[in-house]
Amino acid sequence: MGTTSGESAGSGSGAESGQGAVGGLAAGLFVAWFEEAARLVRRDRDRLTALDAAIGDADHGTNLDRGLTEVVKALGETPPESAAQVFAVAGATLIRKVGGAAGPLYGSVFRQMGRMIEEPVTLAGFAGAFEAGVVALERLGKAALGDKTMVDALVPAARALALALRDGVGAREAFELAARAAAEGAEGTIPMQARKGRASYLGERSVGHEDPGAASSALFMAALATVTAKA
Amino acid sequence: MAGVHEDGAGRGGGGVMVGLVLVSHSAGLAREVVALVRGIAGPEVPVAAAGGTEDGGLGTSLDLIEAAVRGVEQGDGVLIVPDLGSSVLTARLLAEPGRIVLADVPFVEGAVAAAVAADAGLPLPDVLAAAEEARTFRKL
Repeated sequence: MGTTSGESAGSGSGAESGQGAVGGLAAGLFVAWFEEAARLVRRDRDRLTALDAAIGDADHGTNLDRGLTEVVKALGETPPESAAQVFAVAGATLIRKVGGAAGPLYGSVFRQMGRMIEEPVTLAGFAGAFEAGVVALERLGKAALGDKTMVDALVPAARALALALRDGVGAREAFELAARAAAEGAEGTIPMQARKGRASYLGERSVGHEDPGAASSALFMAALATVTAKA
Repeated sequence: MAGVHEDGAGRGGGGVMVGLVLVSHSAGLAREVVALVRGIAGPEVPVAAAGGTEDGGLGTSLDLIEAAVRGVEQGDGVLIVPDLGSSVLTARLLAEPGRIVLADVPFVEGAVAAAVAADAGLPLPDVLAAAEEARTFRKL
């Protein structure tokens, strides 16, 4: 994974609260989530932008990199005391700083999560808040499964979390399953024809390209699995 | 409400003045459509442009839209006319039923129709309806 110890230290507020324990997900874990997501998006910035160049306006990697950099900065300036605060800050910052459609879309996911999440954060609480965030996303973007959007990665991730809960697995494995579901969902957008956004103007020519929003959603879920595995 | 337009009050009779915010991906486009709207509907309609990102790039800024809404708000509601993509999504985050409403209309035609209705002193639902008529209005 190539993560640095600096990044682990950056998420230190979770270290003293036993964030690794199943059922006890501390604010620091979610700060680390955004730090890792920012790192992955920066690493894959050119890939995301290339995907967006094929069917969008070629700014997804740049925009999301800028937005997440601002999120990490905002979280660093005022260390949040609760998961709700982490998500509220991240959501508001993405809405204000991204500039493209991904801003309000991701912003509404995290803002809604911030409204729903309760302390102490359990896996069930997280899964419920995440599900509510995805519903807020679907409502704002008026997108459904199969439209070739981030919904196609995030809905499978939410379902994987629900199944993991039902099966009684811990947070670590649950987030790993969610990350895998999101990655498969993103890959599944390749044969789809876009029905939302700029890509929808391309009609059949949007087929054969992975949706950049679904690809970045898969990175978000991968980041969550990574930081939880390390915690 | 404070800040009611004197001229608008004279024309509209009831003193109603709905504000308009034109949200585009492009700062230049939003500005020019505001100029066009003022030229056609008159200089009294409170209409503001919120185009592009804060640093002038293509995209949408929630802060610019919020500032524009505050600038045109006179107590009778604000109609936001977005163009595409993130303009629509970001503007939708600000919607408040009965107070801040979005028009799902062609950008230029909807903005002009809404401004003419606002200038006539019509209330928010009527200004929205006027804008929506622009969607089905055939040019040919």
